[in-house]
Amino acid sequence: MTAVPDIEFRGVTKRYGAVTAVSGIDLAVPPSAFVALLGPSGCGKTTCLRMIGGFEQPSEGQVFIRGQDMAGTPPYRRPVNMVFQQYALFPHLDVEANVSYGLRQARPRLSSREIGQRAGEALEMVRLAGYGGRKIHELSGGQQQRVALARALVNKPAVLLLDEPLAALDKKLRTDMQIELQNLQREIGITFVLVTHDQEEALSMSDFVCVMNGGRIVQLGQPSEIYDEPADLFVADFVGKTNLLAGKVAGHAGDLVSVALADGTVIAARKRTALQQGETVSVSLRPESLSLGAPTSGQLKGVVRNRIFLGSTAEYAIEVQGIGTLLAKADHLIGQGNLFKPGEPVAIGFATGTPLAFPETKNNGTNQRVNKHVEIIS
Amino acid sequence: MSAGIGADSMHGNRFRHNFLTALLLAPATVWLVVFLVLPFIAIAVFSVGERAPEGGYQAAFTLAQYANLPARATAFWNTMVLAPVGALACLIVAYPVAYYLALQVPQRWRLILLALVVIPFWTSLLMRTYAWMYILGGRGIPALLAFVGIEDVRLINTPGAVLLGIVYGYLPLMILPIYVSLERLDRRLLEASADLGATPLSTFLGVTLKLSLPGVMTGFSLVMILLLGEYLIPTLLGGGKVFFIGNALVDLFLQSRNWPFGSAIAITLVLVSVVVLIVANRISNRVAGARRVDLI
Repeated sequence: MTAVPDIEFRGVTKRYGAVTAVSGIDLAVPPSAFVALLGPSGCGKTTCLRMIGGFEQPSEGQVFIRGQDMAGTPPYRRPVNMVFQQYALFPHLDVEANVSYGLRQARPRLSSREIGQRAGEALEMVRLAGYGGRKIHELSGGQQQRVALARALVNKPAVLLLDEPLAALDKKLRTDMQIELQNLQREIGITFVLVTHDQEEALSMSDFVCVMNGGRIVQLGQPSEIYDEPADLFVADFVGKTNLLAGKVAGHAGDLVSVALADGTVIAARKRTALQQGETVSVSLRPESLSLGAPTSGQLKGVVRNRIFLGSTAEYAIEVQGIGTLLAKADHLIGQGNLFKPGEPVAIGFATGTPLAFPETKNNGTNQRVNKHVEIIS
Repeated sequence: MSAGIGADSMHGNRFRHNFLTALLLAPATVWLVVFLVLPFIAIAVFSVGERAPEGGYQAAFTLAQYANLPARATAFWNTMVLAPVGALACLIVAYPVAYYLALQVPQRWRLILLALVVIPFWTSLLMRTYAWMYILGGRGIPALLAFVGIEDVRLINTPGAVLLGIVYGYLPLMILPIYVSLERLDRRLLEASADLGATPLSTFLGVTLKLSLPGVMTGFSLVMILLLGEYLIPTLLGGGKVFFIGNALVDLFLQSRNWPFGSAIAITLVLVSVVVLIVANRISNRVAGARRVDLI
């Protein structure tokens, strides 16, 4: 027998009038997991989180928390707590009163000694001991974030819900908080459900990533799976940087297909779904899977247009005649001087099986994506 | 040289800027000095004077007028009771309306309903209070009640009628500031409260009500201060029986021409109003920090 999932969605659909925000979602979140709901804005991830919190009711289907059907259970009777976007801290209460707010709602009532003690512990856990008397508006964004965490965790919820918790923080603080959140989750051992549109955040913090698009779950898996084995073109494009090359299926060879690219080059690619001879496909090539070398070798030949030196790595925008601009990422080893210069001709190579071929969908024009890279680079 | 020119023109700019500010402020300043500060000084001077034998003011320095205040204790008492009670009654009626308008009504209906709150203001309060005179008078509601067998109900010229008139007349002034403070309320705070286990009632008491207190205090002090000087409603709906300070002032200045005594009452009224304002301010500052709704 398997453990009862902390959160379970069974055929959950949510409609707002004629708009379907979430459509037929099935999802089981195992106990003590850190799960990220990842997707672009409007993909239904926040609606899912709000249905767990009880702020929205599913139009169809059921939401279970630890095996209990939550239909008709209001937010204040659910064993979950949420860290709201922009925190939603009570401006009229000080830090201590914000953190102990949930404890003061408990029935039967807790003794004020217990409330004070638990609030103190929660503040200590988020490294804000001694800040209890501060006003909310006297705190920095990062401190407010930690108060919101303490306010939610002090109630010992079965599941902690986090709605874009790091969106309002600057980059440095965001990285620190990612580590802090991960540590907290391991320490407390309860399930965290994080909603984010930032793929880096989702990949770096969570045990499982649930990629959503258009109200559906597109892929559920460990971060490395999502990155290495994207289920479709959307995931390949949305998660991490990738090059998408347009081509046509030229032949089959076991698990692989050969794809004729726009310039006539034929490359071998893995496929995720059955592809027909002559079908238009997009081939995804991760920048770090490309190797650059002397122009005599390699499958594709191009010219370096831009070089972005990032310290440990360097990124290159390489123009390939007839295909477009590709992004390549190469490790930089100190003292090796292995940097290519803009204008230099290079050959691009990649291991067999690294390219992934997806059936072309209408909205995902290859050129558009390639142009996006150029924009970022220049 | 060039620095000198620069400094000169900067000086000129500042001068022009100051001059413009002064020019723009001048009308309001003149207005306030002529029609508020000078009359106030005059009233203050009158209040320590004596009544001339033929009425009006005669120069003197005496606190006799203030010592005589208890002679109008009834008017003070009526005002001091009915002003806060009236403001409180207004508040009790206004809060649910403001709450409904700010938090419950769909966006597209909100403006229409708000307009309905404000539109009665376009008709003079005198007209509307006259209407109440007829509604509460012998041929109004009492006549209707007599029709169904309930005889001898007196509504007009009672404190209840005055209270009703007050609530009716000042309701919009109470609704609007409370509406503003509730409308500004971050809805996510209500969700956060529910998320933390608070029932709808505790959320209302612990978050909604607390955060709307600035609006409540603004509305309350606004209505209260206007009521302290109220004259029309007690005259029309209270008959001669419910005497307010406003009525006493009219009587003293226009009928018995006892200007110094009237002035002493007026000064006392102003002081009471200031105290009310300060107290209301303190309360809302303490509860909700600096986040006030400024309408006055």
